[in-house]
Amino acid sequence: MASILAVDDSASMRKMVSFTLRAAGYDVEEAVDGVDALEKAQARKFDCVVTDVNMPNKDGITLIRDLRALPDYKFIPMLMLTTESGIEKKQEGKAAGATGWMVKPFNPDQLLKTLLKVLG
Amino acid sequence: MSIDMSQFHQVFFEECFEGLEAMESGLLTLDMGDIDSEIINTIFRGAHSIKGGSGTFGFTVVAEYTHIMETLLDEMRDGRRKVTQPAVDVLLGSVDCLREMLTAIQNEQNVNNASVEKHKTALEVVLNGGSVAEEPALPVEQEFTSEEVSFNDAPDVDEEESVELEEQGWKIAFCPYLDLLKTGNDPVRLFRELNELGELTTTVNIQDVPGFYELDPEECNISWDLKVVGDISGDEIREIFNWVEGDCEMEIQPLAKAVKLPPVVKKIDPEPTPVIIPNNPAPKSVEVKPKPVTETKKPDSQDSDNEAAKTTAKASSIRVDTDKIDTLINMVGEVVITQSMLGLVGENFSMDKVGQLKRGLAQLERHTRDLQQSVMNIRMLPISFVFSRFPRLVHDISSKLDKKIVLKLVGENTEVDKAVVELINDPLVHLIRNSLDHGIEMPADRVAAGKPETGTIELKAYHRGGHIVIEIIDDGRGLDKDKLLAKAIEKGLIEENNLLTEKQIFELIFMPGFSTAEQLTDISGRGVGMDVVRRNIQSLGGNIEIISELGKGTTIAIHLPLTLAILDGQSVAVGDETYIVPLVSIIESINITERMLNKVAGKGETFRLRNEYLPVIRMRSIFNVHSGNPTKSKEGVLVVVEGQGELCCLLVDELLGQQQVVIKSLEANYRRVEGVSGATILGDGSVALILDVPGLVRFSIR
Repeated sequence: MASILAVDDSASMRKMVSFTLRAAGYDVEEAVDGVDALEKAQARKFDCVVTDVNMPNKDGITLIRDLRALPDYKFIPMLMLTTESGIEKKQEGKAAGATGWMVKPFNPDQLLKTLLKVLG
Repeated sequence: MSIDMSQFHQVFFEECFEGLEAMESGLLTLDMGDIDSEIINTIFRGAHSIKGGSGTFGFTVVAEYTHIMETLLDEMRDGRRKVTQPAVDVLLGSVDCLREMLTAIQNEQNVNNASVEKHKTALEVVLNGGSVAEEPALPVEQEFTSEEVSFNDAPDVDEEESVELEEQGWKIAFCPYLDLLKTGNDPVRLFRELNELGELTTTVNIQDVPGFYELDPEECNISWDLKVVGDISGDEIREIFNWVEGDCEMEIQPLAKAVKLPPVVKKIDPEPTPVIIPNNPAPKSVEVKPKPVTETKKPDSQDSDNEAAKTTAKASSIRVDTDKIDTLINMVGEVVITQSMLGLVGENFSMDKVGQLKRGLAQLERHTRDLQQSVMNIRMLPISFVFSRFPRLVHDISSKLDKKIVLKLVGENTEVDKAVVELINDPLVHLIRNSLDHGIEMPADRVAAGKPETGTIELKAYHRGGHIVIEIIDDGRGLDKDKLLAKAIEKGLIEENNLLTEKQIFELIFMPGFSTAEQLTDISGRGVGMDVVRRNIQSLGGNIEIISELGKGTTIAIHLPLTLAILDGQSVAVGDETYIVPLVSIIESINITERMLNKVAGKGETFRLRNEYLPVIRMRSIFNVHSGNPTKSKEGVLVVVEGQGELCCLLVDELLGQQQVVIKSLEANYRRVEGVSGATILGDGSVALILDVPGLVRFSIR
């Protein structure tokens, strides 16, 4: 099963995302911010990264940019979770190398559907 | 797949309250003259997360409310809006309002709409108010709108859609830029999705693929002509290509329709897009078929969902540092190793392995102790959980009282049991209110007394022995002994010619019905008195003391046990029974014989210890123990204990060992018993009662 790194500084969102993904059979690891995520991503290779944008220490866009610079993550799908107001963020995220985005709030079904899009 | 979202609510609420606290302390530390953008960022992030979470978990009221806050904070963050004190005050009010809303929702009560509306209006006034910084504001905003327009421009083909539908299909020229793969997008996936909408035919153009030696396999050199047949709306097609919009050139046309639609994607760079390779060079993403798994797992996960929901509804949760968990896991590993070692020794046991066995057991003991320590550590929280609320309290009250007061926090990282953290808050609030109200003088009075205009309250926590000490130190007017005495006499709490030590005089304020404030204000003196404070602290197994100097200030020190779950105890034997005396309350132990006790008429027995007569409690008679050798009571051990500042002696048969005991509640399993605070299970499986020393001392005084 595909492994996914779920990054969010909000514990409830992180729990929701990882619970949903685990229930669908994915192998999920959680990270609390960009720094934590980068560390974990270097320790093992994930098949997909799902990250919040607004986080302390290192935000999601910087994380995506940093990850894309790693050979292992050149082509890995990376999704960012944005809010409806984040149009400019989407562009910024794309420029950093994000594969796509999900607009918050979303429900577990939408999340799984979107993941199938990149992991299917 | 349906997932019960309510299982995440508990975490969400806790996180919200934490976020609100962070926002609050951020708002309080904002210095109008010199705005720290990192602080604004933190505050913004708080609002942002609450909004995101509440939207996801379906608390729309909260989401709508935080949206306004977020907008305001966003403008402040970008420097489009000046941070002003009134705005900060409104935001602080909003933090309170949100807290109320969330508490109401958490307790499944109705949200107080009137108050929410009030705060909302206040926020909107600030948002629409004139405090917007003039220049930088407009251009930025314009930029956004213009971008939004161009963004929305693309899909404005909607009108033609009804016509398109008749054509039953689409023709798509899809020409990815070289870098498409580097965003993790894979054309294959797009095609798969298209194929789900309708029958897909792909034609590959490989004329742009360079020769083998020039080929860079990380680039996408192929382009495609696609045809999807079916009753598909243009939006569905565009949705699929949504993510690659900026990474390709693309034309979407309805089949058999000559009219060219406006291209969905801006044609920015018409640079010829080369290439192709018959074997798709795109690095394959791992092929997974999660669908069947989802299905088979469904009943399972459903069950566990419900289970989880049930438990979260009741249990309160705790956040634990991952380091602590790692240590714990480590320890468990050690125990497992020791256990298997012991198992090996036991398998073919012979007497020559006794040494090995002893070593193993010693190791097991050590590991169990460490394991216990680590487990207890999980319950330990930094006292900052409590302290962090006080800056706001001090801020609000001091401005209400027109006093100038700074609060200093020291030792916020001192750790203490979660139960203590939860129960210590109210007493601390009371004590700090007292310091603010009665302790610190008005600025003018302070200056007149030769003190700095601004008063200081220091809140300090540190470990001492097995205790945590919390001190509230103010540099205010201090306690006036004469005034206290006069008051106590006036209230009839003591008799006029009583001679009291300084300590005893200070302790008068803990007596029920004692209040020195000339008039009760709404800040302190609201029903709960210092007597309640002391009782609460004593019920936690702690004590409270006052040190004060007139004109210089007052220090109130609270001593609390680090944990309420484990206790260092001295086991004592009374007949065949074993009792546990909390080690902290033991002053000393003395071997005595019956003759050394004095009988005082009407006052029971006393023991003379260094010119002081202390009451003696015979454990045998108080607990009705008849077993054991009665002659032994001719001589025994007196354990001198202290409770509530009073000394008394417990007469027991002998002292056994000292050990840490795990406290089991007697009330939960049986009922409350006078003189006993709980029970524990000893190594041999028997039950020992833990003595409630203050209770026994009270008993002996009566």
